[in-house]
Amino acid sequence: MKRAARYIIFYSALFGLWTLLAELKIWPPYLFPTPWGVGQALYAGFQDHTYLIAIRVSMQRVLIGYGISVILGMILGLGVASNKFLEETMGGLLVSLQSLPSICWWPLALLWFGLNQNAILFVVIMGSLLSVTLAMEDGRKQMPKIFSQAGRNLGAKGFKLFWYVLLPASLPFIVSGLKQGWAFAWRSLITAEMLYLSLGLGQVLMMGRDLNDMSAVIAVMILIIAIGYIVDGVVFKGMEHRLQNKWGLAPAT
Amino acid sequence: MSTNVQKFPNQFPIPVEPRFPAHSGSPGARVGPVSIGHSGRSVSPEIAKVGLSDICLSYRTQSGERLLALDHINLQVRAGEFVCIVGPSGCGKSTLLHLIAGLHQQTAGQVLVDGKPVQGPGTDRIMIFQEHSLFPWLTVGQNVEFGMKMKGIPRAERVERARYYLRLVHLAKFEKSYIHQLSGGMRQRVAIARALATEPDVLLMDEPFAALDAQTRDLLHDELERIWSDTGRTIIFVTHNVREAVRLGDRVVLLTFRPGRVKSEFPVELPRPRHLEDPTVARTAREILDELREEINRSLEAEYKDGVKHRITIGVGGRSQV
Repeated sequence: MKRAARYIIFYSALFGLWTLLAELKIWPPYLFPTPWGVGQALYAGFQDHTYLIAIRVSMQRVLIGYGISVILGMILGLGVASNKFLEETMGGLLVSLQSLPSICWWPLALLWFGLNQNAILFVVIMGSLLSVTLAMEDGRKQMPKIFSQAGRNLGAKGFKLFWYVLLPASLPFIVSGLKQGWAFAWRSLITAEMLYLSLGLGQVLMMGRDLNDMSAVIAVMILIIAIGYIVDGVVFKGMEHRLQNKWGLAPAT
Repeated sequence: MSTNVQKFPNQFPIPVEPRFPAHSGSPGARVGPVSIGHSGRSVSPEIAKVGLSDICLSYRTQSGERLLALDHINLQVRAGEFVCIVGPSGCGKSTLLHLIAGLHQQTAGQVLVDGKPVQGPGTDRIMIFQEHSLFPWLTVGQNVEFGMKMKGIPRAERVERARYYLRLVHLAKFEKSYIHQLSGGMRQRVAIARALATEPDVLLMDEPFAALDAQTRDLLHDELERIWSDTGRTIIFVTHNVREAVRLGDRVVLLTFRPGRVKSEFPVELPRPRHLEDPTVARTAREILDELREEINRSLEAEYKDGVKHRITIGVGGRSQV
């Protein structure tokens, strides 16, 4: 309960400060909207289905892009982890590519795929693929060897060995990487959507800017944060929780 | 193949016919194990269940020198026999089990099972590791089912058979538990159940009780002996504990320290069930220990020398690079 009290105090203080600053009218309301204005914008946006459509389009893209990243990343990571040559050559490249913001791929993506959904997907994939790959590589290395020995001994090989042994055995070591990959995918998506008329949340945000409607901009920002938070809290926290229960790991605090 | 047959060591213990009437009469015998067990398969006494002929294994150390780990190991294990392999740490006894399991490849020589060379892992030979080999992401029941699942046995049958083997190790109640909820002794019993569930002919046990406390170990010795006599499996059991070896084995094989060679074999003809504290067990263990002590001393000496040599090689390496 103490925790809930802390939350309430913190957020009402934040809210109060915002209201105060807005009410003081230091800046004109179209530059610094009131909380009520943002609330109204949110309501209006859901009312005329703009936000629902935008959320659906964006979620669809991020799921496809992230899904491809996870599959490719696992294959790549496993390859790099189990092959000395790949590890020495590609390992370093992967780490250095990690420092490249995924939106830098945008110009190339436009040339290769044209101004369409595939270009956006490409940026999303490039944003999250490396996190997943590096996480998988690391997880495969940290995974106790005895699991793969026991698995092979019990008759698992090839894909079955991967699916029933290597993957679940390395999951506790890759879950944080998967989470990071998700965050990168989500960010890359919004960035890419902002650069191109695309129906997604990013575009709705830019629309607010074009209309000089900062309430709408902040409303969409809140949506983007909320979705990121919900996925993290529901999907990944749930996954971590299940892993902790099964493996008997101490809950991360 | 007939040449292999000639290579039986002299110390080979006498009784050739299976000691235990495999399966018949064991409770719950209708489930799986009976149908696929040994009883129907009469292995002719000349062909060993597991035959090791001139096994050599060498590998390159990090400093680049070639190390001979196993040197011309010859060993024949009869079907239904309980063989214990003892030796000082570093004699390659665990490695030997890995070779039989097909998890590693020997440099020279052959591992034969029923007279056929081992090509890789197979569920006719299942390993029981010292610890931490159970899958923590699966329940106890799912762990026991794992081997059957890999074989493609339908779910209903898997579940039923897993229950049978869990009952065999007195863990039926824990079917739905996760591994971390069990004690060390219970985990090893699950490992035994998991191994038996694939119905292997040969159980390869790699110091399975070394990490357990003394009382639990005593209990598991009794249980293992009972399971062995009920199911008639062939067991190759690696341990560094000589008394454990005498307690359990029909025969104790002593390996030398680096390179691992068969130093001697001791048939143990004490009546069963035995107990760790039996004076006869202690006396036999003492005999073996006297021979083993030499090897332990060598291993300790080598360890000490290794430490010194290691420092020197680092020094030399550093200089040669300049």
